Amino acid sequence: MLKVLITRFKQGCRTLPFPKGQPPNLPERYRGRPIIAQGTSVDLGKMTFVPETGIQYSRDFRMAVSTRAGLLLNNGEIVLARALQREMLAIFGRSLKLRQVSAGGCNACEADINVLNTPVFDLSRFGIQFVASPRHADGIVVTGPVTRNMREALMKTYEAVPDPKIVIAVGACAISGGVFADSPQVSAGLDTIIPVDLYVPGCPPHPLTILDGLLRLLGRIKAQKGSV
Amino acid sequence: MNLFNGGNILLADIPVLTMEEFRQEVLYYCHSGARLQNLFASPENSGKVRLYAILGFDEEAQIRVQSTLVSSDNLQYQSLTPVLLAAQNFEREIAEQWAVVPLGHPWLKPLRYHSNYRGVEDLWADIMTRPIPGAYPFYGVDSDEVHQVAVGPVHAGIIEPGHFRFQCHGEEILHLEIQLGYQHRGIEPMLTGNDLKRSVLLSESIAGDTSIGHSTAFCEVVESLTGCVVPPRAQVIRAVALELERLANHVGDLGAMGMDAGFLPSSSYFGRMRGDYLNLLLALTGNRFGKGLCRPGGVLFDLDQTMSDDFCNKLVIYKKEFEDVSELLFSRPSVLARFENIGVISPMIAKQLGLVGPVARASQQERDVRIEYSSGIWQFNHVPISLSATGDVYARALVRRQEVLRSLDFLLKILPTLPKSSISSPVGTIKPNAFAVSLVEGWRGEIMHVGISNDQGGFSRYKVKDPSFHNWFGLSVAMRGQQISDFPLCNKSFNLSYCGHDL
Repeated sequence: MLKVLITRFKQGCRTLPFPKGQPPNLPERYRGRPIIAQGTSVDLGKMTFVPETGIQYSRDFRMAVSTRAGLLLNNGEIVLARALQREMLAIFGRSLKLRQVSAGGCNACEADINVLNTPVFDLSRFGIQFVASPRHADGIVVTGPVTRNMREALMKTYEAVPDPKIVIAVGACAISGGVFADSPQVSAGLDTIIPVDLYVPGCPPHPLTILDGLLRLLGRIKAQKGSV
Repeated sequence: MNLFNGGNILLADIPVLTMEEFRQEVLYYCHSGARLQNLFASPENSGKVRLYAILGFDEEAQIRVQSTLVSSDNLQYQSLTPVLLAAQNFEREIAEQWAVVPLGHPWLKPLRYHSNYRGVEDLWADIMTRPIPGAYPFYGVDSDEVHQVAVGPVHAGIIEPGHFRFQCHGEEILHLEIQLGYQHRGIEPMLTGNDLKRSVLLSESIAGDTSIGHSTAFCEVVESLTGCVVPPRAQVIRAVALELERLANHVGDLGAMGMDAGFLPSSSYFGRMRGDYLNLLLALTGNRFGKGLCRPGGVLFDLDQTMSDDFCNKLVIYKKEFEDVSELLFSRPSVLARFENIGVISPMIAKQLGLVGPVARASQQERDVRIEYSSGIWQFNHVPISLSATGDVYARALVRRQEVLRSLDFLLKILPTLPKSSISSPVGTIKPNAFAVSLVEGWRGEIMHVGISNDQGGFSRYKVKDPSFHNWFGLSVAMRGQQISDFPLCNKSFNLSYCGHDL
């Protein structure tokens, strides 16, 4: 027991001050929201954030939006995700239970969603929790390009979540098929199958991008226009 | 015909044996110490299907390639599985991908549920009309006292989909059948073709937690076929990234195993510490999983003096923290009671099944690509192999603990002495009609990529083998006779990839 306490003491508190304090400084090479030249546009939902495309990246991790069209960046402006409507917030605002469905993901998005449960991000302090059954959930978080073999299981999970419910697409694959978009085995994006309330782009998105999106959806971070 | 890791050979130089000779060769070598590393098929222009067997001679670091033709009018051959257990998944894969029947395979059923690549009638008429792999018949045990437990594809945690069907007598598991395929994205056909720029991105997403492992293997196939010599600095940077990937995952696994044994302190700490290694990968590559680092010819990001000093300073602290927390985990009687004698794989079974990686090493199988098939920087920097003999959950935890410490020592040794050179060499065109093999010791074990080139600078067939392809069957076998409540813990001790298997 003493050993447990000593180790606990040595570990200290590791939780990020985000969102109240400053978010951590991400490393120089981190590829966040792209910097778009005047007169050009880019579809964040299709981007896999590869280094060699000539696109310049900022270190801004805030990228989650409410609509598919919002992922089309023109002139660098982005309208970050807005909070749910008032009736929905009254239900979910202080307690949101989510069921995660991996539908063909490469396990990178899944891993960085899992990270939100570590002491660093400590998701449960916001009243958000991942639960074991869709019947206990208020919504689903989908990763992966929705493979042909996962489609039915995804639909059954979605249908098992009681109304009203929300759907969150995490990662380029779930939004648009990502690197697998050309494969006949996958779908063209989650919103071609079920309506989506929050889009979190990235390959995979940084945990802060996902957390920022969830908090905006719940009105914990106020809507604002971001530009880089 | 023998090759070294990263070697290549003209297709015409690979002997084509008769089916009987092929069978005898494979069985002879596999029963006298070699290991079936791969068995796959590729279409020939003649309409025939060519079978390739890749046998690994671990002690000699040699890879032997054999082939035979299955004639086009009679697409069947006598299955190897009844006399060579390690072939079972490979033969199911061949049957599904090319509609070739391995006669006498004891449990021939689809692996990933897709139509075949020859565009002919599938061996299973309803494979495309019945959408759920889990709807296929399972190996059953018939008795009034036996019940079935079905789990998945959507599991309780944030993990990938797969279906587990237990045949139980009370709490005791008589048999577990694991049915995957839900993650099938069709990666192999996508890697076939000439678009190498897209292929390298795909290789990073075969299994996102093994991005470095798979992208290194892909790059090495291309480098082999283009005769490209990767600068030493790039080789070291790849090795550094590979070890960071191993560290992140092994540390995370130890945390998850503690969690399933009901000991939460270590799982919280390990869970956070896993992120430290991912953040080092982020600093190096701009992505927490190392996506964007490895490209044919070298790497895209340098590791300069400032960064290497910073990494070393951090790794010294991480090592101390790891030692503290692993001591905490491994000294808890309640944890040890849950780890010991659970999910035992004997050395003999591990050998028969052809297991790889930490799972095999926990059953006293001396196999580690970094040592036996060393290429690149591994030829000059040896990491001691970590073995354990008991083959239980404890052994699999112990091997990971040792490997973490040894990877840390390796990094602390190599980071201050990075060779001075460029980080990328130009890549020429791909040698036509050749066959290249590359092996990488990913954190789950032996990754093998095989590229067969066409004459247009691309691939006519690309074969990916994730270590999980061997090891899933090991999990099934480990569960026999165990309590069903031990499954989550045992599953974590294997921590296999669904997407790496499903491709």
